Amino acid sequence: MAARSRKSGAGAPSTEKGGTAKAGSAHEIVKTLEHFDAPAPAKFSRDEDVRAYRDMLLIRRFEEKAGQLYGMGFIGGFCHLYIGQEAVVVGMQMAMKEGDEVVTGYRDHGHMLATGMEARGVMAELTGRRSGYSKGKGGSMHMFSKEKKFFGGHGIVGAQVPIGTGLAFSNKYNGTDAIAITYFGDGAANQGQVYESFNMASLWKLPVVYVIENNRYAMGTSVSRASAETNFSHRGVSFKIPGFQVDGMDVRAVKAAGDLAAEHCRSGDGPIILEMMTYRYRGHSMSDPAKYRTRDEVQKMRSESDPIEQVKKRLVSDHGMSEDDVKAVDKEVRDVVADAADFAQNDPEPDVSELWTDIYAEAVPQAAE
Amino acid sequence: MPTEILMPALSPTMEEGTLAKWVKQVGDSVAAGDVIAEIETDKATMEVEAVDEGTLGKILVDEGSEGVKVNTPIALLLAEGEDESALESGAGGASRGATASAAEDTSATRESDEKQSAKASEPAGGNAVEDMSARRVPAEGKTHPDPDDAEGALAQEIPEGTEMVSVTVREALRDAMAEEMRRDEMVFVMGEEVAEYQGAYKITQGLLDEFGARRVVDTPITEHGFAGLGVGAAFGGLKPIVEFMTFNFAMQAIDQIINSAAKTLYMAGGQMGCPIVFRGPNGAAARVAAQHSQDYAAWYSHVPGLKVVQPFTAADAKGLLKSAIRDPNPVIFLENEILYGHSFEIPKLDDWTVPIGKARIHRKGTDVTIVSFGIGMTYAVKAAEELAKEGIEAEVIDLRTIRPMDLDTVIRSVKKTNRCVTVEEGFPQSSVGAHIASEIMVRAFDHLDAPVLKVAGKDVPMPYAANLEKLALPSVKEVIDAVKAVTYRD
Ligand SMILES: Cc1ncc(C[n+]2csc(CCOP(=O)(O)OP(=O)(O)O)c2C)c(N)n1
Ligand SMILES: [Mg+2]
Repeated sequence: MAARSRKSGAGAPSTEKGGTAKAGSAHEIVKTLEHFDAPAPAKFSRDEDVRAYRDMLLIRRFEEKAGQLYGMGFIGGFCHLYIGQEAVVVGMQMAMKEGDEVVTGYRDHGHMLATGMEARGVMAELTGRRSGYSKGKGGSMHMFSKEKKFFGGHGIVGAQVPIGTGLAFSNKYNGTDAIAITYFGDGAANQGQVYESFNMASLWKLPVVYVIENNRYAMGTSVSRASAETNFSHRGVSFKIPGFQVDGMDVRAVKAAGDLAAEHCRSGDGPIILEMMTYRYRGHSMSDPAKYRTRDEVQKMRSESDPIEQVKKRLVSDHGMSEDDVKAVDKEVRDVVADAADFAQNDPEPDVSELWTDIYAEAVPQAAE
Repeated sequence: MPTEILMPALSPTMEEGTLAKWVKQVGDSVAAGDVIAEIETDKATMEVEAVDEGTLGKILVDEGSEGVKVNTPIALLLAEGEDESALESGAGGASRGATASAAEDTSATRESDEKQSAKASEPAGGNAVEDMSARRVPAEGKTHPDPDDAEGALAQEIPEGTEMVSVTVREALRDAMAEEMRRDEMVFVMGEEVAEYQGAYKITQGLLDEFGARRVVDTPITEHGFAGLGVGAAFGGLKPIVEFMTFNFAMQAIDQIINSAAKTLYMAGGQMGCPIVFRGPNGAAARVAAQHSQDYAAWYSHVPGLKVVQPFTAADAKGLLKSAIRDPNPVIFLENEILYGHSFEIPKLDDWTVPIGKARIHRKGTDVTIVSFGIGMTYAVKAAEELAKEGIEAEVIDLRTIRPMDLDTVIRSVKKTNRCVTVEEGFPQSSVGAHIASEIMVRAFDHLDAPVLKVAGKDVPMPYAANLEKLALPSVKEVIDAVKAVTYRD
């Protein structure tokens, strides 16, 4: 697997078990800090593969459309596309339970779609229109959905990490069994507040899964030019946080890692780090000429490791689906995206009075005694 | 019907570009994702990828064409089954109509929109000084000498007969750093993407080639860490230039800037200080929303021990950055992404410096004083031009340095015009304008014929939506209205 730059993943003790990690094996792996091995990829049923395919394809097509709308001037500002990394959020989402929280940075469209937020509302936010998730006031980098437990959408690199840790704190405080999935990049992993968070999370055994999306670059800086220790899954060692690297281009590997991590957190063992070995196909944002890597490197990842193609092949070869069955899914996804784009181009801009709303919350009046 | 390929927008602030090269030629088949052309923006050369598939039917904009506006049709793409005859029947009306109206709706230009700004006027309280009991004799601070006897306000900075060249702010900043790095081996530059990537906004372009990796240092994304490291390096005798990719990210580092850089000289009883420059783009760009659009002029101007510079022209950018690098104190150097691509005349001199702490009279006038700085000057200058047509002559002062502030120049002007309007993009409360207004009240109270009015960014986080962003920023119209109010016109 080309996305995988380190050898530590192979030969995990739990490989024979495969599938969703059983409590025993999961604990064995994560409790012993000497072990940094990923569980074997989950085995997917036909339904699971169809879901993974559909959800990843939705993100892919959505992002392609967003790129087009940017070029046409419908979307402005910064717009960071998630193309190539789809298996990470989709696999993690498949491992999550209702009530679990998600928080991430500015490359967030995929995360929102994965949590079930509506394509229309996300696209309309990208075009800055009134039916967007933030009424057009937040834009690509700043969207939230209380209903879907999506807590943003943060433009400041690394800022989401203590925030995700705080969500976990509130879960523990309230005694729920929800966990907070906190996504951040390989570049963000060098921010100081990440380590301040690690320490508190481990000290207080907070149910937070740190998902480091290692797509090999932070803007134009490759991992090896910015990081002394390039194995991010080891970054928790001095805080006694276990972690391992995961093939982030294989949705089944992500799902298995997510299952194990969720189990670890829910059973009160504290935080865990999943380093997803992934890749972004597009430039950092729309204005990145991407001269720091070769076209061949990108092409090789696309042709050899594409997360969607992997599942598509399985749909036909393992699950006996016909080309037409697959095309029907493609069509459904295209329709959703076309509808969202159409909606987002025609939805009106926010009313000008919105400039002055949402600055302060109204105090809830206290009942008079 | 053939599909039009439009000149794409490739960055938040791009309005036009050069069509550098056609990679595909007429007759070539094109698949989605193929590179069809190369476009040069002021920042970079970008590859344009096809979004649709088909055959390149016609090239509408030749390679080498400069100043091609975003959304101009640059080629026609024939769909499967179409041949050249389709080109005669004209281009796909649908896609063109859609994109043209989009450009109007969402363009990143920052003209004032009169109808809308009238509707969304600030709800609470005006700016007028209503309560005269607020007037107090200053009980603290130094007493100020009357500036009337100071040097002529338009002190000639540029020797007569100096050749002028047209340079962008971007080039001026780069040249300033390069000249100072040649002059002083202790000067080095550090920040995210400053070396190999040549700067996220291309301000450090070419520096790595000339000075090497020892002096042009790419950092990880660790603002608090490298700002503090810069302070330590300055303690150690170096003269760091710390670039923040934008000043929004300096909030991660503000403790080191204020607690370590600004206060050390005082805390050390004058023994040792911190010669360091923190620089980078500041304020709103275009559509980058609340977390990436903040003007920090007022924030840093609050802090004793810091010098705060915010130039408008390329000549000032260059001359002030050179002075900042030589200054023995920490200097906050606030640039602006929108201004980077603007060209100005700059004197062709071997060592052009501009003193920190001196304002510049940008335009002479008698009826009102407009004080601004940085990108605020764009509104001030345009408003002054419009006002002149109506017979109001505004004197426009470019502060250039926010701290220490050249209030003498402001006061001298106000004593002549008896009215003042301040213009800035930052938030209105505790703003630079608020400080100027209070100083004028103290030092020129009896000369005022009207309250000082502030034009500032609206008191809201920066919205993303194009229409709201436009309203959140100051406008030329707001400056004109303020001037008319203080001159009692209309
Ligand atoms: C504190 C801060 N510093 C710098 C930036 C500018 N910036 C935005 S994204 C980015 C790169 C982050 O890379 P990584 O964490 O690897 O995430 P990726 O973009 O690869 O998803 C940088 C430097 C920022 N937004 N916030
Ligand atoms: Mg990255």
